[in-house]
Amino acid sequence: MALVEIRDVRKSFGANEVLKGVSLDINEGEIVTIIGRSGSGKSTLLRCINALEQVDGGEIRVEGKAVRTDMQDLRQLRQRVGIVFQAFNLFPHLTVEKNITLAPVLTGKSNKQEARQLAIDVLERVGLAEKIDAYPEQLSGGQQQRVAIARCLAMAPHLMLFDEVTSALDPELVGEVLKVMEDMARQGMTMVLVTHEMGFARDVASKIVFMHEGRVWEQGTPSELFANPQTPELKSFISSIK
Amino acid sequence: MNLNFQQLWRYQDQFIEGVILTVTLTGIAAVAGTLIGLSGAILGRSGPQPVRWFIRSYIEIIRNTPALIQIFLIFFVLPTFGLKLPPFEAASVALSIYFGAYAIEIIRSGLDTIPRSQIEAGASLGLSRWEVFRHIVLAPALRNIYPSFTSQFVLLLLGTSIASQISAEELFHTGSFVESRTYRSFEVYAVVCAIYFALTMAFKGAFAVIGRLAFRWPVRR
Ligand SMILES: Nc1ncnc2c1ncn2[C@@H]1O[C@H](COP(=O)(O)OP(=O)(O)OP(=O)(O)O)[C@@H](O)[C@H]1O
Ligand SMILES: [Mg+2]
Repeated sequence: MALVEIRDVRKSFGANEVLKGVSLDINEGEIVTIIGRSGSGKSTLLRCINALEQVDGGEIRVEGKAVRTDMQDLRQLRQRVGIVFQAFNLFPHLTVEKNITLAPVLTGKSNKQEARQLAIDVLERVGLAEKIDAYPEQLSGGQQQRVAIARCLAMAPHLMLFDEVTSALDPELVGEVLKVMEDMARQGMTMVLVTHEMGFARDVASKIVFMHEGRVWEQGTPSELFANPQTPELKSFISSIK
Repeated sequence: MNLNFQQLWRYQDQFIEGVILTVTLTGIAAVAGTLIGLSGAILGRSGPQPVRWFIRSYIEIIRNTPALIQIFLIFFVLPTFGLKLPPFEAASVALSIYFGAYAIEIIRSGLDTIPRSQIEAGASLGLSRWEVFRHIVLAPALRNIYPSFTSQFVLLLLGTSIASQISAEELFHTGSFVESRTYRSFEVYAVVCAIYFALTMAFKGAFAVIGRLAFRWPVRR
């Protein structure tokens, strides 16, 4: 059984059908990279996986359990599936430590005594232990995004979603965030990421999914897809980003 | 003009008494009104439809009628329904209801300043709606409305003077009383004015200090 099973998922915003029957499996330990043009439904698909959006048709199962926005154990789902956003979305009024420990403490994953140690542990994984008492505004964009990743890691998720997490960063800060993600990939985290960093996709991804007009247009390993695109849409997409 | 403040000294105790009542009245209405404001702002956006409708009407009625008449209604009209309140209590209730209506609007506008992305970030970490509100939305929202909240508080403090009209013995009532005894209108009201001014300044100072202590996190400008 795949960690995430996406079956014929449909999603519309008003009259605008954004996902037109998407099916996809994500296996444990896989690094799945979703690429595609703006508006092709990449973010929407990610947001459906952790129930930030409700699907209109089809089904998503995470670890065998169907995902619904009205489900009783939304909390459990969200503890198992973390998401990192393009705009970091750190809580400005909380220190780095509290940003990280808020959810683990409230959801009973950690108690107040262990919380600081938990924060230190995950911050070490993103190389920012010395910033534990800083506020988000005192950090660079790259540092903020690494804290956002650490905040996710503190929940010990089984799956992490990344939605263009380097797109809001100055070019010189992109590398530090990608490096953290590479480390996580090496440690066996299952990851689904939407990215425009094709170099990263090529080097790290185990599977690349090309989305076009709300459908999975093509998928395969990086070498298959980049060396030998089957559809004119993917060919033109690849040439447009080179 | 022949000014004479000497005579007023004899009424020092009454003035102090008046100040205490004014401050107490303000305090009660501010605390109760803020609680009304918080719950009203929450229920007004996520409560059931009849509750939202009730809150909307409450806000519109209170903000579009004179506070003086609201106080009269509570003091003179409620007794005909068997609920008789002494002046100070009636004034406390009326001013709490009055301040509450403004507090709801201010707090609601504060909640609107928090981007959806903050709420989604909280939700995606497994927090309940209430936890998101309590730990993620509330503090930044309060910070954003703190200046307008402070001004509204000052308006409340000055507005407590209408309680004199139902003979609650707050500062303005004290002034009228002393004036009727001394016939020193100018001196009495100059002193009363000066006291109101000093009070608002003191409260603004206190609010500024509290604000600095409560909202310490740096913000982008
Ligand atoms: N909350 C929403 N309400 C209405 N329309 C939406 C909403 N979210 C997304 N859309 C629409 O759905 C379509 C797909 O959006 P989505 O964000 O999934 O695309 P994307 O592939 O992530 O694009 P990008 O590369 O620009 O991020 C777009 O046309 C967008 O305008
Ligand atoms: Mg997107």
